[in-house]
Amino acid sequence: MSAAIAQRPEREPGYNFAYLDEGTKRMIRRAILKAIAVPGYQVPFASREMPMPYGWGTGGVQVTAAILGRSDVLKVIDQGADDTTNAVSIRRFFARTSGVATTTRTAEATIIQTRHRIPETPLSEGQVLVYQVPIPEPLRFLEPRETETRQLHALAEYGAMHVKLYEDISRHGHIATTYAYPVEVAGRYVMDPSPTPKFDNPKMDDCPALQLFGAGRERRIYAVPPYTRVRSLDFEDHPFRVQEFTQPCALCGASGHYLDEVVTDDSGGRMFICSDTDICETRVAEAAR
Amino acid sequence: MSAPLLSAHGLTKAYGSRLACAGIDLDVTEGEVLAIVGESGSGKSTLLSLLAGELAPDSGEVRYRMREGRTRALADLGAAELRRLMRTDWGFVRQDARQGLRMAVSAGGNVGERLMGMGERHYGRIRGQALDWLGRVEIEAGRVDDPPSQFSGGMRQRLQIARNLVTGPRLVLMDEPTSGLDVSVQARLLDLIRRLSAELGLAVIIVTHDLAVARLLSHRIAVMRAGRVIETGLTDRVLDDPEHAYTQLLVSSVLAA
Amino acid sequence: MYVAVKGGEAAIDNAHRLLAEARRGDPAIPELSVAQIRAQMALLVDRVMTEGSLYDPDLAALALKQARGDVVEAVFLVRAYRTTLPRFGASVPVETGAMTVERRISATFKDLPGGQVLGPTFDYTHRLIDFALAAESECEPAAEAEPRADAGTCPRVTDLLAQDGLIEPSPADDGAPVGDLTREPVDYPADRALRLQALARGDEGFILSLAYSTQRGYGRTHPFVGEIRVGAVDVAFVPEELGFAVPLGRVRLTECQMVNQFKGSGAAPPQFTRGYGLSFGQSERKAMAMALVDRALRAEELGEPVASPAQDQEFVLAHCDSLQATGFVEHLKLPHYVDFQAELELVRRLRAAFEETSDAAGMQEAAE
Repeated sequence: MSAAIAQRPEREPGYNFAYLDEGTKRMIRRAILKAIAVPGYQVPFASREMPMPYGWGTGGVQVTAAILGRSDVLKVIDQGADDTTNAVSIRRFFARTSGVATTTRTAEATIIQTRHRIPETPLSEGQVLVYQVPIPEPLRFLEPRETETRQLHALAEYGAMHVKLYEDISRHGHIATTYAYPVEVAGRYVMDPSPTPKFDNPKMDDCPALQLFGAGRERRIYAVPPYTRVRSLDFEDHPFRVQEFTQPCALCGASGHYLDEVVTDDSGGRMFICSDTDICETRVAEAAR
Repeated sequence: MSAPLLSAHGLTKAYGSRLACAGIDLDVTEGEVLAIVGESGSGKSTLLSLLAGELAPDSGEVRYRMREGRTRALADLGAAELRRLMRTDWGFVRQDARQGLRMAVSAGGNVGERLMGMGERHYGRIRGQALDWLGRVEIEAGRVDDPPSQFSGGMRQRLQIARNLVTGPRLVLMDEPTSGLDVSVQARLLDLIRRLSAELGLAVIIVTHDLAVARLLSHRIAVMRAGRVIETGLTDRVLDDPEHAYTQLLVSSVLAA
Repeated sequence: MYVAVKGGEAAIDNAHRLLAEARRGDPAIPELSVAQIRAQMALLVDRVMTEGSLYDPDLAALALKQARGDVVEAVFLVRAYRTTLPRFGASVPVETGAMTVERRISATFKDLPGGQVLGPTFDYTHRLIDFALAAESECEPAAEAEPRADAGTCPRVTDLLAQDGLIEPSPADDGAPVGDLTREPVDYPADRALRLQALARGDEGFILSLAYSTQRGYGRTHPFVGEIRVGAVDVAFVPEELGFAVPLGRVRLTECQMVNQFKGSGAAPPQFTRGYGLSFGQSERKAMAMALVDRALRAEELGEPVASPAQDQEFVLAHCDSLQATGFVEHLKLPHYVDFQAELELVRRLRAAFEETSDAAGMQEAAE
């Protein structure tokens, strides 16, 4: 076993494995199965009140709890990093309530729960990426009513979605949506990829791993099964493009990774470093060897 | 004479004990402009909602000859089919432009929405069509990126027309499209509607309380009172030589005013 | 050389220890006991039980202690605990008509069977700070109630009205299972039972403001307080293996029945309609506000135009829960570096484009 995998922690007695009772987990798994069967479709589920606040990953936590087995190896990231406070808090929650092994290594994890990023290391078959989703409805800002948006999805009426992109181009000359960039899944449903930067959208397409999305407050689960077509909405003459960074990572020298801007002093000093801490640390360690 | 484009048979709708529409029969043929006139509360707006499939009748049905030639009852169309029909082959110009337009979206986006809804994914072509249609409804090209909230009442109605006509519909419903506008603005809008409907061979069903509007635009008139159509006929005949006593009263009161 | 900030784990641990210290406060002052909170902060305990959807005064008092008196946080603790509790089934509907009333008032009838019973209420107190309370003192014992001939019988005002058909009948129990919004996702439009559940759990402040908005004209309901009653009722349960009801205990409730004027529609004759509110313990403000909003949310069913926030069930139900609201508002504290980076890059690009065009315009002007 690699050094990055933590020792199996002690499970806290008094709670069921992974906190939720087995009946609740079955209910969530049924929703997940339905979501996988209808890629991109938002399946309502009876979200429970979890011991962390709504909006802090309760949907992702419930999905992870429902699919977690004793032999799983769990990785939790927030903003691409394993050591941000909320990632630490969720990882600890599962360590305490399930006793499963945790890791920071993308390649070693069987389940990766994430907020706002997809790891740079390509995912493989057998892995599950669980996204925390604040607002699952891509049409929400065009139409606040649930009864109406469900109808629009049912009838695949997505003209209004393109109106928003049209407005961007007519105003700015290009599509100015930078994160939570809407995608069409398997040629049918338009889906919100959660607030990941659009930089990560191409990673969702034809991905070997299963991608599950949990929205606790809004009580929805949706999924992209492995090797599914995920297309970012665009126009033929204004094709989808990802952000580009002009410089490489200041720590590991990688280019083609998503970078965080770090303010280094109070006189305008800036540096750009990988937002994915695992791949950055791995590259730095390899370079030192 | 060819089969009607749209026909209604025995349309009835009650609100509680009040009959808003009682056993209404109507026909519209391709390229024909039909005006439904009557006082407020006569049931003409309810009739328009029934014809548009927005309200379900208590009894009776609306039949429409589809593009491929088959005549079908609206009630037999699924929700998806009905909505597709509404945004391709039909148009609906509302009295209140705020209900017919997206007020926060640019004029170009408003016109382009139906095209995008039909699957058009080329920005340049969408914009080209939007500009073309703005020109046809006499809105300057320079306003293409302005939202209708910055438009005058007359411009908003013309934008609604462009938004509806961009997909080449065969039938357009209009609910009091000129009410609330200044007389000169009204005249210009009526002129535009008359010209476009003739040019494009549109069938139009227009609801209005204004007999002058009906005279200017329509080929035929249906007069409504208390939920019933009491008289129909060619516009000139009905207005110049009304048969029903109520129509006579309606015509004379306009003349007297 | 820059080293990325580490130590999230240690920071969280230290913050938790600091929190424990802050909760205890000055150690020279005696610690509050859960029993004291339960006995002396009773209305706060009632509110936590109501919004926490769990009748357990000791647990609610403990949650308040742990939450340093923050109501939403205490509700949060109770709700998260509730998630882990097994569910045996639903009780038999409680009979509020058989309530042992501590307080019962009607604004629609001057006197009625069972009488008007003021009970322990802030109503008619002068809100003057009582400095005597600052010195811990014994209070005077309460007066004994005068016995009444009709004591013990306390029919509901709405039942009295219903005898004459003046108020819509209470919907009959159709035997259909009642939904549970903590166990099934809400599907709009939600039926009245689910709406009432959501309102009962809803934040008191939010429901109160919505109720107030209906009085100020945003969805008027023309209400009268038919009755408010506070007291204990029996809770009974029918175990499957027994087939008859066994008593489980008693709970204290506040029930409010609003009587609302209604002019009738095409289908219904003119008659009074109902708005209903129920809360745990003594939570009158909540029960009244709930009853007003319940009635407002029936607008569509009664053929009234739906035009105001309090009449719009998607608006009310989606926003009344304090945990959902606080979670999503407070989640803005979480890191958003990644999204912000994406927006930073966009704003820089847009600014560069803006400067380019204004420079070009400036040059053109200069050339002209």
